[in-house]
Amino acid sequence: MGFGIEGSARIGGRVLFRDIALPLAPGWTCLLGASGAGKSTILRLVAGLPTGAEFEGQVRAPRRIAWMAQRDLLQERSSLLGNVLLGRRLSGARADAARARELLALVGLEGQEARRPASLSGGQRQRVALARALMEEAPLALLDEPFSALDAGTRRRMQDLALERLSGAAVLMVTHDPMEALRMGNRVWLLEGGTLSPVALPPGPVPRPLPALAAEAERLMARLAA
Amino acid sequence: MRAVLAGIALLALWQAVVSLTAVPPFILPGPVAVLQAMGTNRGMLAQNAATTAAEIGLGLGLGVLTGLAAGLATALSDRLGQILRPLLVISQALPVFALAPILTLWLGYGMGSKVAVVVLITFFPVASALHDGLRATPEAALDLARLARAPRWRELMWLRLPHALPHLAAALRIAAVYAPIGAVIGEWVGSSAGLGHLMLLANARMKTDLMFAALAVLAAMTLCLRAATDAGLRRAGL
Repeated sequence: MGFGIEGSARIGGRVLFRDIALPLAPGWTCLLGASGAGKSTILRLVAGLPTGAEFEGQVRAPRRIAWMAQRDLLQERSSLLGNVLLGRRLSGARADAARARELLALVGLEGQEARRPASLSGGQRQRVALARALMEEAPLALLDEPFSALDAGTRRRMQDLALERLSGAAVLMVTHDPMEALRMGNRVWLLEGGTLSPVALPPGPVPRPLPALAAEAERLMARLAA
Repeated sequence: MRAVLAGIALLALWQAVVSLTAVPPFILPGPVAVLQAMGTNRGMLAQNAATTAAEIGLGLGLGVLTGLAAGLATALSDRLGQILRPLLVISQALPVFALAPILTLWLGYGMGSKVAVVVLITFFPVASALHDGLRATPEAALDLARLARAPRWRELMWLRLPHALPHLAAALRIAAVYAPIGAVIGEWVGSSAGLGHLMLLANARMKTDLMFAALAVLAAMTLCLRAATDAGLRRAGL
């Protein structure tokens, strides 16, 4: 599975990034960078979504992609079941309600498929968004800071749930939180000044224990703050 | 309950003014006189109300249907939108009051011209609201359709239409109140039946009590239509 993106991009004549090469192998790849560094543009380019940038290069991505955005993108007029099935319905595939119920149970919302999103908490809403992404059964999942708006405890639970459930696929998660990237990434890349560089990681399986990450996180935080 | 009490108080005040000032009944009849006129003329009132109701129903149905079609067309096809949008705006810049005589000239004194007026004033709010509603879907939600490579009609059905429904509901509530106005305007310009026709006739013959009775029936019809629309939309969760 050789997904990835290579190339350069400009926005309104300004170079956003130049000659980057980001391979996406199975497992979690975290893309770290400050706001406006171009992380989300890279993610959208991989997804084949419109960006404001002129891109030169090539993208290797599968046809089916699971997507989690910063906002949960839940449709308020649909039930949770309808929301999980939304991607399937949009792509014209068979709406497998039994599978959708299974996935809702898998993210901890068993038997709640008839509820409306408005009655859910922020964490529960992202759980539904995760179930909707899982419904795609895609070889590639693209995550755009999906946990940044959650409180600390909920964020930790969602991170671990996503790690567990998306274990088979190649996952690219964009984040501005060094701790999150170091804890969850099998590979971590730093996008800075238009270039992409790998971040050295402590050994061990993900999720990694936080104490081992403190020094590296501190160093990355200083670079992001600069 | 409070609205009923307020209504009764208002009627009592009206009757008191009429009784105390002894204003001639052809200027201002009291509610009792209006009620009596309603009783003695109930056959005529019912007949004319039926005509007006048919005009409202037909006009509203056609207006909403053409409005939905125009809203869908302008939102779905950019080229159609470029052609239709200016026409829509121009159609609203022309006052219906000025158009009604021409419509009567073309379509005659019968129901056709009244239905046309109702269509003219109900179709625009519906078309406009649907157009705006379909365009109001957040870009981030449309990303899901792009990722699924959804054709336009599927994007419409699963994303844009649900987002447009509240806009559309607001327009339908407005259209339900506008429709009776359109029918009466049409009848005033030239007609042989309908509550508007009856009002003109009663006014010319100084039968002010009958005019008020016709007005009351029209108001009741409008309120019922509005309440029915509201109830239907509420049941649909809008």
